[in-house]
Amino acid sequence: MISLQGISKKFGDKSVLDDIHATFLPGKVNMVIGASGSGKSVLMKTMVGLVKPDAGRLFYKDLELGEMDGDQRNELRQKIGMLFQSAALFDSLTVLDNLLFPLRMFRPASKAAMQERVAYCLERVGLAGTEMLFPSELSGGMKKRVGIARAIVLEPQFLFCDEPNSGLDPKTSIRIDHLIQDITNEYQITTIVNTHDMNSVLECGDHIVFLYKGRKTWEGDRQLILKSDNEPLNELVYATRFLQQFRQKSG
Amino acid sequence: MNFFYHFGRYLMMLRLMLRKPENGRMYWEETVRQMSSIGLGSVGIVAFVAVFMGGVSAVQTVYQLVAPYISLTVVGSIVTNSSILELGPSITSLVLAGKIGSNIASELGYMRSSEQIDALEIMGVNPVSYLVGPKVVACLTMIPLLVITSISMSILGGMVICQLTGLITFDQFIEGARSTFLPYDVFFAMCKAVTFAFFISSVSAYHGYHVQGGALEVGRASTKAVVYCCVLILLGDYILAQLLL
Repeated sequence: MISLQGISKKFGDKSVLDDIHATFLPGKVNMVIGASGSGKSVLMKTMVGLVKPDAGRLFYKDLELGEMDGDQRNELRQKIGMLFQSAALFDSLTVLDNLLFPLRMFRPASKAAMQERVAYCLERVGLAGTEMLFPSELSGGMKKRVGIARAIVLEPQFLFCDEPNSGLDPKTSIRIDHLIQDITNEYQITTIVNTHDMNSVLECGDHIVFLYKGRKTWEGDRQLILKSDNEPLNELVYATRFLQQFRQKSG
Repeated sequence: MNFFYHFGRYLMMLRLMLRKPENGRMYWEETVRQMSSIGLGSVGIVAFVAVFMGGVSAVQTVYQLVAPYISLTVVGSIVTNSSILELGPSITSLVLAGKIGSNIASELGYMRSSEQIDALEIMGVNPVSYLVGPKVVACLTMIPLLVITSISMSILGGMVICQLTGLITFDQFIEGARSTFLPYDVFFAMCKAVTFAFFISSVSAYHGYHVQGGALEVGRASTKAVVYCCVLILLGDYILAQLLL
């Protein structure tokens, strides 16, 4: 479980996050949605400790991130898996070495055992047989899936996905969404996904937090989102004219 | 104020670099990889530059000093001394600042802009320690060796050019070289090599590691790294000469 209590962040005079309160539960795909510039990425970077909040407290289970010392923070980070928007694979390493990297760094075991774990993770994301390819030889969707495989290789308790669908076609996007949903349910981990892709939100948003200009203005699930009377949220959900007309017709 | 901001951030980067590695074996492997890339990858250009440096310095010495009352052996003495004291360590370091410095800055800059450094940090790896540390260690060990190679090739180049063009013979060159050789000069050259190696690796890493933005900023960081390294090498060259000679 991850709990945010009054998280605020300013860059200069500009308030990017303003008094955010939220709780993200395990076994659910928690989604943070909002238009571009609403503060989603800063919130995610704050949650993983890359950005320090100006105010507020952030709890991983019972431990407060701000009060952890270096060792505790490193220990926590080994329980975190993250899929970056660009996948952030190490370009100079093959797919196999990308997945072996965290294993060799933190859980060195016999070569066979580590390769077995890598093979399992690649199989899990449907990329068995790509071990010897370099990231430059992979498509956008494959890179994301390798990114997910690398994120789960250490069996994390917390999975963060920053815009996992950006740059992907709808079919591949849904495939990535299902993969994230399956992994979340299978391992009962706390998953947080940053997105503004409404297909993803409606497909697997178990718990949705909507950010508008750095403030949380709505919270609910994918059933409630279609009935919300939050205007900025509706502008995001019903962004196209077609959907706006559909909404008006259906009342 | 800007200088103090960057200098403070540079010192903080160096402090982070000295943290205990998460896995010594992985760090050692990365250090060996960097040593191979920096050392073996630069031998060719260093030897090429050094041979011509020695040759040109021999020809120019003969051109300027030939007179009936000056012994021809002085050419060997001047080429050897200038190779050891200045041409070997300083010119080689300037060449390496361009090659290795820009390489380090652009590699780290690209890793920063493509979120690979963030990925390392989130995994629990200290990115400064893992990415910068091995590069600094590799430069500190390989650049002095490259400087020794450069000095040797420069002297050899001068000697070969003198022989081929008939300016002086091998024996005359060697006699001149031996007559004024001081082992302390080699120590001085190594002091310069180690100092310049630290400047090249750490300053370039600083510029690359703190890139903010995309391809344009990576290019700028690479250029800045080379310029700052060259300025520091020239400044350090003067200060070391004043202190140690």
